[in-house]
Amino acid sequence: MNAAVQALKEPPTKVSVRSLDFYYGADRSLKNISLPLRANKVTAFIGPSGCGKSTLLRVLNRMYDLYPGQRAEGEVLLDGENILDPAIDLNALRSRVGMIFQKPTPFPMSIYENIAFGIRLYEKLSRADMDARVEGALRGAALWDEVKDKLQTSGLGLSGGQQQRLCIARSVAVQPEVILFDEPCSALDPISTAKVEELIDELTHRYTIAIVTHNMQQAVRISDYTAFMYLGELVEFGETDDVFNKPKEKRTLDYITGRFG
Amino acid sequence: MSDHIVKSYDRDLEALGRRIAEMGGVAEKMLAEAMDALSGFDVDLAHRVVSSDPRLDALQREIEENAILTIARRQPLAIDLRECIAAIRISGDIERVGDLAKNIAKRTLKIVSEARVPRAIVGLKSMHEIAAMQLKDALDAYALRDTERARAVWQNDSDLDALEDSVFRDLLTFMMEDPRNISFCTHLLFCSKNLERIGDHTTNISETVVYLVTGEAMPTERPKSRVADFGKDEAAQ
Repeated sequence: MNAAVQALKEPPTKVSVRSLDFYYGADRSLKNISLPLRANKVTAFIGPSGCGKSTLLRVLNRMYDLYPGQRAEGEVLLDGENILDPAIDLNALRSRVGMIFQKPTPFPMSIYENIAFGIRLYEKLSRADMDARVEGALRGAALWDEVKDKLQTSGLGLSGGQQQRLCIARSVAVQPEVILFDEPCSALDPISTAKVEELIDELTHRYTIAIVTHNMQQAVRISDYTAFMYLGELVEFGETDDVFNKPKEKRTLDYITGRFG
Repeated sequence: MSDHIVKSYDRDLEALGRRIAEMGGVAEKMLAEAMDALSGFDVDLAHRVVSSDPRLDALQREIEENAILTIARRQPLAIDLRECIAAIRISGDIERVGDLAKNIAKRTLKIVSEARVPRAIVGLKSMHEIAAMQLKDALDAYALRDTERARAVWQNDSDLDALEDSVFRDLLTFMMEDPRNISFCTHLLFCSKNLERIGDHTTNISETVVYLVTGEAMPTERPKSRVADFGKDEAAQ
């Protein structure tokens, strides 16, 4: 297959990471990473603890800016624009690139306010528009039916799985383009995990998704592309079916089959 | 490939491989004895072959169950998943080889009372030599994870097919020579078909070995050298 035909088959690139290095102080924890996040696809990052996958995720919405002594070198292009540029508007960036963490992090306020709060940072909506946006976000996160009669109760009163979906709703409410998931199911039971996975599948219709997971089967189930990282390096990147059935690198095979160490 | 972090995982997979080897040994013995019984008109030996079949069935069920349990317990990926799938497939093929050997033994029980044309069995013996060698090579290819040997088995199956054609013509000749040979030779025709089918199952095993090692499927078309493809549909049923 020639390059042009191959390019036609591949979905467009939403985020392009190019020659990315990352430093915690003097410690180089990402080494020359280059990979694409394809639009409306799920890309999974896998690898043993400390391999740099969460660090990479944190670069994608400049979360690391909150901490002194951390810096990234290289390029991360979001629709062609380098988000590592110091001049970029971080608030605008984080509304375009949302993030969901390992532990659900609802604000200590009502379910409704958990979602409206974020929207107000970026937009001024009428009451009716806000109601509609909150409902849309909760529906988008498959949580509406479970909370519609208790929108004014505290978000902290929800179960862990519901809290995680509330966080996804909060992220979806500001209408991002990319959503980053950092082990979103590691604190959830299998039923809640299944709901979040089903949700991620639905979200790909509208968003580009990157997910860090320690659960191989989860990566196989939900991702289209998989990146295997080890000691700060990208060892292998490819379509998930290939990476998990016929990995090109021995280190990938050893890791996914439980032979590492 | 060995040395999982979880040692019992290695033991599960190794046990599957050992059981396949055991099944292969039983099937090879059944085939050899079935042919000895046929050429020697040995009723006792034929009965022994028939009575070995339940052992093969039990082994196949055990392998299937263990492979499924391993999948459920370990959620294997890549080569490990293929190990489990290959064990299920290969045990199915070996079980069929055993059935076909048993069928030859059952024919033996029927033809001892028929008119005998011992020279008609010569061609079948040649077919058996090739089929037994193919089966041994396929089982060795599995044990050694040897794709070259597996591919050779896959290539050589056409020899067996060609020989079946010539056996068919020979038997036809004997039948035309003397109508009293018809019943006997018809039984032998079925035996030759059974041997040809054993070749097909060894080909399946070799295809599975290549898939197991490489993750790639073999081409769907096998090399063919035969002129007439008689009775293929009937045998496939």
